[in-house]
Amino acid sequence: MSFEIKSTAESYDVIIVGSGAGGGMASKVLSEAGLSVAVIEAGGDFDPAKDEDRTQMRFPWESPRRGSGTRIRPFGDFDAAIGGWDIEGEPYTRARGTSFDWFRSRMVGGRTNHWGRISLRFGPDDFKRASIDGLGHDWPIGYDELKPYYDKVDKLIGVFGSKEGWHNEPDGFFLPPPKPRLHELYMMKGAKKVNIPVIPSRLSVLTKPINNDRGVCFFCAQCNRACQAYADFSSGTCLLHPAMKKGKVDLFTNSMVRKVTTDDSGKATGVSFISKVDMKEYKLRSRVVVLGASACESARIMLNSKSKSHPDGIGNSSGMVGRYLHDSTGADRMGILPELMERERYNEDGVGGMHVYTPWWLDNKKLDFARGYHIEYWGGMGMPSYGVGFSMDTMRKYLKDEFGNPSPNGGYGEGLKKDIRRIQGSTLGMSGRGESIPQYSNYCEIDPNVVDKYGIPVLRFHYQWTEHEIKQAKHMHDTFEEILTNAGAILLGNKPGPESKYGLATPGRIIHEVGTTRMGNDPATSVLNSNCQAHDCDNLFVVDAGPFVSQADKNPTWTILALSWRTSDYIVSELKKKNI
Amino acid sequence: MNRRENLKLLFTGALASGFLLTNCSPEEKQLTYSPQISGGTKGGRTEEEKIIDQKLLSETFLTEEEKKKLEVLVDIIIPADEESPAATEVGVVDFIEFMMKDYPGYQTPMRGGLMWLDHYGEDHFGKVFLELDDSQKLEIIEAIAWPDKASTENEGGVKFFNMLRNLTATGYFTTEPGFKYLGYVGNTPNVWNGVPDHIMKAHGFELPEVYKDVYLKPEERGELAQWDDEGNIIRKG
Repeated sequence: MSFEIKSTAESYDVIIVGSGAGGGMASKVLSEAGLSVAVIEAGGDFDPAKDEDRTQMRFPWESPRRGSGTRIRPFGDFDAAIGGWDIEGEPYTRARGTSFDWFRSRMVGGRTNHWGRISLRFGPDDFKRASIDGLGHDWPIGYDELKPYYDKVDKLIGVFGSKEGWHNEPDGFFLPPPKPRLHELYMMKGAKKVNIPVIPSRLSVLTKPINNDRGVCFFCAQCNRACQAYADFSSGTCLLHPAMKKGKVDLFTNSMVRKVTTDDSGKATGVSFISKVDMKEYKLRSRVVVLGASACESARIMLNSKSKSHPDGIGNSSGMVGRYLHDSTGADRMGILPELMERERYNEDGVGGMHVYTPWWLDNKKLDFARGYHIEYWGGMGMPSYGVGFSMDTMRKYLKDEFGNPSPNGGYGEGLKKDIRRIQGSTLGMSGRGESIPQYSNYCEIDPNVVDKYGIPVLRFHYQWTEHEIKQAKHMHDTFEEILTNAGAILLGNKPGPESKYGLATPGRIIHEVGTTRMGNDPATSVLNSNCQAHDCDNLFVVDAGPFVSQADKNPTWTILALSWRTSDYIVSELKKKNI
Repeated sequence: MNRRENLKLLFTGALASGFLLTNCSPEEKQLTYSPQISGGTKGGRTEEEKIIDQKLLSETFLTEEEKKKLEVLVDIIIPADEESPAATEVGVVDFIEFMMKDYPGYQTPMRGGLMWLDHYGEDHFGKVFLELDDSQKLEIIEAIAWPDKASTENEGGVKFFNMLRNLTATGYFTTEPGFKYLGYVGNTPNVWNGVPDHIMKAHGFELPEVYKDVYLKPEERGELAQWDDEGNIIRKG
């Protein structure tokens, strides 16, 4: 069942705010345990199998802008995620001298409709970084606590990969990975020359069926457009909608949660939300409230949930809500490979993302920065879209003319047309995604001066990179050049220097922000206990990436899913014991 | 077709016909030769997006004269040849018109650049661009088409022509004839089984021995995945 709006008489066992990875998993586990569940989603419903919602398998000429990005879909006109960096009527602010960009998806499934499906487990070291390098803090749990849940997530949702036996890159229950593409073989060759490992990637894309409800990948390379065969993971297709089909889950769409409501004793009693349809406020009651609105949005809701018993916002007696906000580091480099010019054409689309990657392979004890990064590779003969044929004013010189001389840049006419064809599929590149050090001084708070169009106070961000992240970006660029040149590529663009923090992406840009409601054993320095339960409010839980104490160099989704499952099991058990 | 039937087809390898996977009839899948600008982007649009697209489509930025100039220019940049049509034949000017409104940052450089051509024509030939004969027009293009050779006094013209080259090329190669010319053969259901053997050989590659038995085999795509307790996937044969 799906409601646009609903009266407030009914009460649920659990209200879940948000339908992304964390909220979706919680809706499945809690409803299957027999609890009545309401999921409150700020955006609309979404099902990529419905033809009216389908952007997959569309050609660029089905878009007047030929697939280029828009404010609502900055990653392209056919990207499945609706929202972006700058949502009409939903501002956020940044403190002077700091920067943070916040990507939001307002729809069922949230940002799982967008992500690259890179599904990496955190390893044993990733939970205990402070013990290793003295920076930041350890998690109150370790790999052993999460391993059974990672295993269950692998089997429930599906991830391909290869068993490697690396200590900090734990293997899972993998589906067979696809063979590498041609440019990826060149990357492997270049990396091998400088002793950098490249292994099959680990993506939640079904290369074999795992059940009868989802199809297998048919290799269109468009996971970011959402799969009509449900062959990749998104929370809507794999968790929430299946849970709704079994009953017990009501979905409230276009509903913007303003606060968690409480009683005089400080216990959560439900939520208050604004319906985007009639712009009226509704209240919904429940025994337990689960926040899965995304690290920053959940922090915002908590900070806005002020009451006599929670004067600084619910769960915020420590003042830690919003603190330790951190994103992955990111830097990218690109080259052009003469061996890939004038290539024979064949269908090289593959899965929606890289077929190979490089996990962190070095020892930080021998380096001048803490924490590692992984490398993602890209290139190949993907589908042309807005941007194809660009930059011949700088790139045509890499093509040789009929006499073997470099072609002049720019030009026009039949020769230009042919050279655009010759150069197609010869560029390639890589992106580093690394671990940053969580900082108390990097945080989000309520901006006292600004509200969104629903009248809800918005977030103000404070974020600055430290030397560790900047030095890591420098190291990435040194590595990128080594791999690209050893692969035989000519480097494009210039190597960024200290003036641009070595090309380090603006905080938020990698869309791995975590840590705003971190877990810990000490209620004075953390928001949640090790079961993601608020220290200050027994029936309030957080299931997005807010509870992360530190964000490894790995994409957070697989850990959000495992943690949410574990938290949901704990909620069921606590309800049974009548502890909450 | 329901989902179950759809999946069955996937499992039995009926992958050849694309429409099976797209939940739509073959008629709907028919693609028009020229790109359709009207109607906005297809698939999953929010009300907000529909309104934005319709607003952009209802507005006009380019004047008739500017359009005429662009028709000349885009066909100089991408002319017809034995294999493929010219830029005007695949609606490149309509595409440019749309992009002017979608990315307003293009507007002033485009308007100014088209004016610059007239100034250059007046200064050198005593006529505006459209009144010049073909060899005079080409003389102007020659002066601005080669960024590394162009004189510094024509830098503005070079920048304009770089932008126009980009927009023309992208507008051209994102059409069906453009795809055909480039030889792009993807965006269709298929089974990826690695780089074709003869291309592997030509580039001197072999798959790493250690992964040969790990990679996906096309024939196992229909088998339900099962693992042993150690997480090894159980494979037939």
